[in-house]
Amino acid sequence: MTALARVIRSGVRRRRVQTLVIGLVAAAATTATVLGAGLLVASRAPFDDAFATQRGAHLTVQAQPDSVTPAQLAASASAPGVIAAAGPYPLLVVAGRGPDGIPMPPLTVVARADPGGPVDRVEVTRGRWAEGPAEIVLGVGGIRMPIGSRVTTTGGTVLTVVGEARSVSGTAGAWVLPSAVAVLTTPGTDSGYQMLYRFATASTPADVAAGRAAVAATLPAGAIAGARSWLDARQHAVEDAAVFVPFLVAFALLGVVMATLVVGTVIAGTVGAATRRIGILKALGCTPAGIVRAYVGQALVPAAVGAAVGAVAGNVIAVPVLAEAEQLYGSANAVLAWWVTLLATAGVLAVVAVSAWAAALRAGRLRTVDAIAVGRASGPARGRRAARLVARLPVSRPVGLGLARPFARPARSTAILLAVASGAAAATFATGLGASLLRIQTALEQNTADVAVGPTPADGPRIGGPRAGGPRTVDPAAVLATIRAQPGTRTGYGITRAPGTVAGMSELLHVSGVTGDAAWDGFEMVSGRWFAGPGEAIASAPLLSATGTRVGDSLTIRVDGGAPVRLRIVGEVFESGSAVVTAAGTIPGLGPPIEYHVALTDGTDAGAYAESLTGALAGYRLTATPTGGETDPLLLVVQGLTTTLTLLLIAVAALGVLNMLVLDLRDRVHDLGVHKALGMTPGQTIAMVVASVAGIGLLGGLLGVPAGMAMQRHVVPAMAASGGLRLPATLLDVYGPVTLSALALGGPLIALLGALLPAGWAARARTAVALRAE
Amino acid sequence: MTDPVIDLRGVTRRYDEGPPALRDVSLTVAPGDAVAVLGPSGSGKSTLLNLIAGLDRPSDGTVTVAGARVDTLGEAASARFRRAHVGLVFQFFNLLDDLTVEDNVLLPAQLAGAPGRASRAHAARLLDSLGLARHASAYPGRLSGGERQRVAVARALVNRPALLLADEPTGALDTASGEDVRRLLNELHASGQTIVLVTHDLRLAEACASRVIRLRDGRIEEDR
Repeated sequence: MTALARVIRSGVRRRRVQTLVIGLVAAAATTATVLGAGLLVASRAPFDDAFATQRGAHLTVQAQPDSVTPAQLAASASAPGVIAAAGPYPLLVVAGRGPDGIPMPPLTVVARADPGGPVDRVEVTRGRWAEGPAEIVLGVGGIRMPIGSRVTTTGGTVLTVVGEARSVSGTAGAWVLPSAVAVLTTPGTDSGYQMLYRFATASTPADVAAGRAAVAATLPAGAIAGARSWLDARQHAVEDAAVFVPFLVAFALLGVVMATLVVGTVIAGTVGAATRRIGILKALGCTPAGIVRAYVGQALVPAAVGAAVGAVAGNVIAVPVLAEAEQLYGSANAVLAWWVTLLATAGVLAVVAVSAWAAALRAGRLRTVDAIAVGRASGPARGRRAARLVARLPVSRPVGLGLARPFARPARSTAILLAVASGAAAATFATGLGASLLRIQTALEQNTADVAVGPTPADGPRIGGPRAGGPRTVDPAAVLATIRAQPGTRTGYGITRAPGTVAGMSELLHVSGVTGDAAWDGFEMVSGRWFAGPGEAIASAPLLSATGTRVGDSLTIRVDGGAPVRLRIVGEVFESGSAVVTAAGTIPGLGPPIEYHVALTDGTDAGAYAESLTGALAGYRLTATPTGGETDPLLLVVQGLTTTLTLLLIAVAALGVLNMLVLDLRDRVHDLGVHKALGMTPGQTIAMVVASVAGIGLLGGLLGVPAGMAMQRHVVPAMAASGGLRLPATLLDVYGPVTLSALALGGPLIALLGALLPAGWAARARTAVALRAE
Repeated sequence: MTDPVIDLRGVTRRYDEGPPALRDVSLTVAPGDAVAVLGPSGSGKSTLLNLIAGLDRPSDGTVTVAGARVDTLGEAASARFRRAHVGLVFQFFNLLDDLTVEDNVLLPAQLAGAPGRASRAHAARLLDSLGLARHASAYPGRLSGGERQRVAVARALVNRPALLLADEPTGALDTASGEDVRRLLNELHASGQTIVLVTHDLRLAEACASRVIRLRDGRIEEDR
């Protein structure tokens, strides 16, 4: 073993606390980084894997049957750059009703003989592929119906659902056999052809545009009615995960910053505490470079062990998140990419090495004679004025001594302050993030009602509509009157939902018609106001953005192919899809409410109320049920991750405090012996040590809380922007006075956590031994 | 007959390896006695002092000081015992560099929770009587060795202890300063203070002590 290796080994063994702290900090930072970077990559990987497996279509083209022939479309497969093509497949837009007469949104149905082929190898996930003209296979992620259900098209054709299939390229809402096309085609049916292409290069929008141009050049002008790039499908697919990218990046950055801070100060402290040892090593012939290498080595050995543990932990914690992604895409990848783990681990070790190197440079530069002389002369006189001022505070002497301590070692105190502030910032950020996400979920669900009233299950969702056994009409006003008359009702309203269209927008629009006052039910306004008069409506950001309208503009919509309705947009509502909310009376033919939402007065038992209301509404065949708090599984995963990462960062902060205190106590162990010899009890010793970080903890909390709030203010809107949303201020203003006070106490709490062990050691230190220490 | 301030019976102190530092030592010190403990390095002088101060515990035997069984006390009780009954003076003063002279002297009283005004007045009287009043606001680093040791004595006396223990109190001082401290200890003895001092300094022992104990290899070789 070389002399340097021996020095490193003895340093690692002798400085057990520093070794442990560096190891734990490296572990925590690696876990946070592996999670952040790994999930960032993994959020895209399931789509890419599934796309490769299915040989997904880089370009999906919809062609007009009156502009192009199937033969011309088939010939386009030889366009330059096309390496594979499939089709032309007949395409129809079919509307109809489900098994219980539920109206279905229009379905894009593609006629294919089988799910395979050179492009878009559709994966049958349930049931089987269609074998006859009266069978249909539904696309995963669209309408869900049990196998065997029957669908009746508006043309009167009855199709049996025989399976479910997934196309990663999103080429269809459902599939039928080509023999079904003739049966489904009725006058007025939207129809066309679908061609699918794979290109030699399609990694950028420019590549795909070039491919499309090459294909278009082989077809008659105007043949292409619409085309979709796989990059759009990819963006849509990863949108959910993309929402969490800023949050993961924020935590990973916090982890790395704190690791740098703590490792740097640990090494700097170790150098400070081992100055005499360094002097002896130099006197024995160790070069400055050798000293620096020795201290970098002392940091890297435990950091490597910690990073390995952190890498494993990051991968284990990522499993539930990846399982969620696996469910979404059917991908078999339930582990993080190995190279991400490797890079993240190497990155953290590089940060440790650089931090240690910077701190160890001081050791290399120390003059031998000065280093050896350390401990024989009094230290610099710092903080005496502050100590005298603190001595006048009306606190016990041990507490006063502790409070004055930070002024004697300003650099060390600053490091503790930064560690505590970072921990407090992480806790504040996580708390705000969690609260904002919950509020966002509530706002997106737009349902804060205590009780929901819907059709009695056997009747199906035909409120106010025709029903088996004879038509029956429910008067919404009568239902609302019954609800309002029920004891315990605070307010209630009815809501009707229907798909709609807007000129110039291919995507369907969610139209909600409200009977009564619904403003209380979780609708968060980004700007403008709630609709008040006839013809007024509120719209979501995606709709405003897609149509280029603003609050104050007007918009013409159609619902269920009805007459156009002109709406004046008076406010922007927080909603993830293209949606418009207005009074039910504004849209003729919208139909009666499909559901009623009820808010109860304080203290009303929702279960008993629902039972009683169901009885009162029996004549309308409506059932009231208390609303359950179902939480989005992805939200649960994110909250779990937030908690894990926050605890990790708080642990790192507490370890930083612990390390600094250990170094400080090591420096003044002799003074500690004097105190004890003069009669300081173990309890007073603990009070002194804890008090030495209490002020810093309080200050750290006061600095960390606004920093964490600023992060929340920056990251949450960034998360929303990833999903194309603007957040109303109410979803961001989540810190109340009580929460803020509790968070501000987080700083002292972190300091206390870090101080407890060193305080215990100080209290147990034997007086005679401490007095003998140099 | 007055109870002894110190009563050691059959005290042995063994460490992990090597021969015991003290072997079967029995010793009593009456109130007002000034006892000098002499002996070569490694004879057990400091161990004896640590046992009496409650800084260490015997392996065998009992240690009773000012009526309290010191060998049975826990850390907290031992600390309370020291600040109530024992004043300690060390060879290298052990003053706290970041506290003023006055604050150093006050510290044991403050740890004991003594009323601030009264203990401050007492500390001022002590500093005055030891000729240190003008240094009350100074830091120890600016004082001479003799002055520092006088501050240490003032600190040891601030709680009016029954027993003053001094470990080589002149060991780190020049001749003139050592003479100052000798005179001070002599005056304290004359005023009735019970003192046990450990020293190599025969002149100090003869000048201050009414009784001299010689230790060798952990045993009392001579007690006169």
